[in-house]
Amino acid sequence: MTRIWQGNAGPVTVVVAAIILIWYVFVVVLNAPWERDQAARAGTEISFIQLVKNTMAQERPVLPAPHQVVAEMWDTTVNKSITSKRSLVYHGWITLSATLLGFVIGTGLGILLAVGIIHNKAMDKSVMPWVIASQTIPILAIAPMIIVVLNAVGLSGLLPKALISTYLSFFPIVVGMVKGLRSPEAIQMDLMHTYNASAAQTFWKLRWPSAMPFLFTSMKVAVAISLVGAIVGELPTGAVAGLGARLLAGSYYGQTIQIWAALFAAAALAATLVAIVGLGQRIVMQRMGGPA
Amino acid sequence: MNAGWVIFALIAWLGGWTLNEWLVRQKTGNQAVARVISLAVPLIFGISLLAIWEGVTRGFNVPTVLLPPPSAIWERIVNSVPILVADFRQTFMKAVLIGYVLGCGSGFIAAIMIDRSPFLKRGLLPLGNFVSALPIIGVAPIMVMWFGFDWPSKAAVVIIMTFFPMLVNTVEGLAAATSMQKDLMRTYAANYWQTLFKLRLPAAAPFIFNALKINSTLALIGAIVAEFFGTPIVGMGFRISTEVGRMNVDMVWAEIAVAAVAGSLFYGVVTLIERFVTFWHPSIRSG
Repeated sequence: MTRIWQGNAGPVTVVVAAIILIWYVFVVVLNAPWERDQAARAGTEISFIQLVKNTMAQERPVLPAPHQVVAEMWDTTVNKSITSKRSLVYHGWITLSATLLGFVIGTGLGILLAVGIIHNKAMDKSVMPWVIASQTIPILAIAPMIIVVLNAVGLSGLLPKALISTYLSFFPIVVGMVKGLRSPEAIQMDLMHTYNASAAQTFWKLRWPSAMPFLFTSMKVAVAISLVGAIVGELPTGAVAGLGARLLAGSYYGQTIQIWAALFAAAALAATLVAIVGLGQRIVMQRMGGPA
Repeated sequence: MNAGWVIFALIAWLGGWTLNEWLVRQKTGNQAVARVISLAVPLIFGISLLAIWEGVTRGFNVPTVLLPPPSAIWERIVNSVPILVADFRQTFMKAVLIGYVLGCGSGFIAAIMIDRSPFLKRGLLPLGNFVSALPIIGVAPIMVMWFGFDWPSKAAVVIIMTFFPMLVNTVEGLAAATSMQKDLMRTYAANYWQTLFKLRLPAAAPFIFNALKINSTLALIGAIVAEFFGTPIVGMGFRISTEVGRMNVDMVWAEIAVAAVAGSLFYGVVTLIERFVTFWHPSIRSG
């Protein structure tokens, strides 16, 4: 029993349980005024137990109860066919495909630029400050414009959203990879020199392997942020499809349960993506002979 | 196609490139000259990028809907200063700053409070790390529903977005003081609060500033995106989404330029304060 409390699992469970409990309390507090109002209009008195019961089963609550959200998620994932427009799996897949496409392109471009920066001093001096400065700019604000402008020239659907994800995931990768490719120590570089290794050999046998931890750390940030990019990219197209569209549609029609369900789906998606990258990191690190 | 502008773009590209290649090859023992060169190179790159942008958009007659030339954006900025100022005031001065201060402040206080309980620390830290990776921006519609269309709902989004990075970083920073240093405080018979203020908070400062820097960008993004879900008829996010709908792309770019400058300045100010407060840290001493 004591061993459970040593690790993280025990405390995390307790904290999560506490959050859910607080959530239920807030459900009652926040939804009660509406119930009281309804009772007053009907001219009836409402008992406390009845009040609590009602607050957890409202059609459009101010704050839906956790079990309502879970029920909605279950209903829209398992009970609907995947192709249905009301299925969360369908919307999730649309967001996921844009996220992944953007993430892959962004990672590829980011690595290429990092390689260029490493090997060319002029590029390093001129591009790097701008890459760092661009991190301080709210890039996400451009998202709606990219979508609408690309729509105007006939590009619509997956690609514009993926472009936003590309743009967002690109910067963490560049910064991380430049750091990573520069991480071999001078003594190691000197050893490659004494072997008379060419620049390409130094790159593949020393720089690339030592950049791996940096690459995966940046990829975790990049995949999370490219999901955010895909979701925001779905907002300006008028809520057609995707998790972002579900959020927007829910906010237009006051469907709070739908918003929360989409939010939880997005959270689950983000957690899964980060976990997959983390798993990849573990496998690669193990095969490279590092600590597991 | 306008050949003159295309040639202008080509000259800007080649000129900027050769100038930079030449500059980085200069070997100089003079520190001041080296400093000027390291400042000039990115500046030349930026200017030639703008020149290429101008030349290409004008040379190939790119429709302004697609990409307006920088000069047109500048003209728009100059012509609509009152609107830009009003938007800036609504989004930055109210939503971003208030949300940023409250979010960072509450994250900091929460970190100090859970610091005394190892149990809570182990329970909340993994959750905080987890939440930092989530698309928190999605709570924006809920906040708009709860707190109305005006700036409080945006400030609420900013608070939620900035809370967790601050919490996680402060807790990590409070663990940064070494046991040797803590032992020294004990030999001085320092109590918990003295140790906190004289040793552990200064030691945590680099971590806290890291969170402040991350949050300065997050806050601006949060406030702008939250405005896509509903606002009164003023605000940077509102302007961007409506002007996009009316195809006034130069206005959108003007707004983005303001956001970029505001974001960079915000970040810069935090960095300056960091240099001032954590002057003892190796990363600042050497640079």
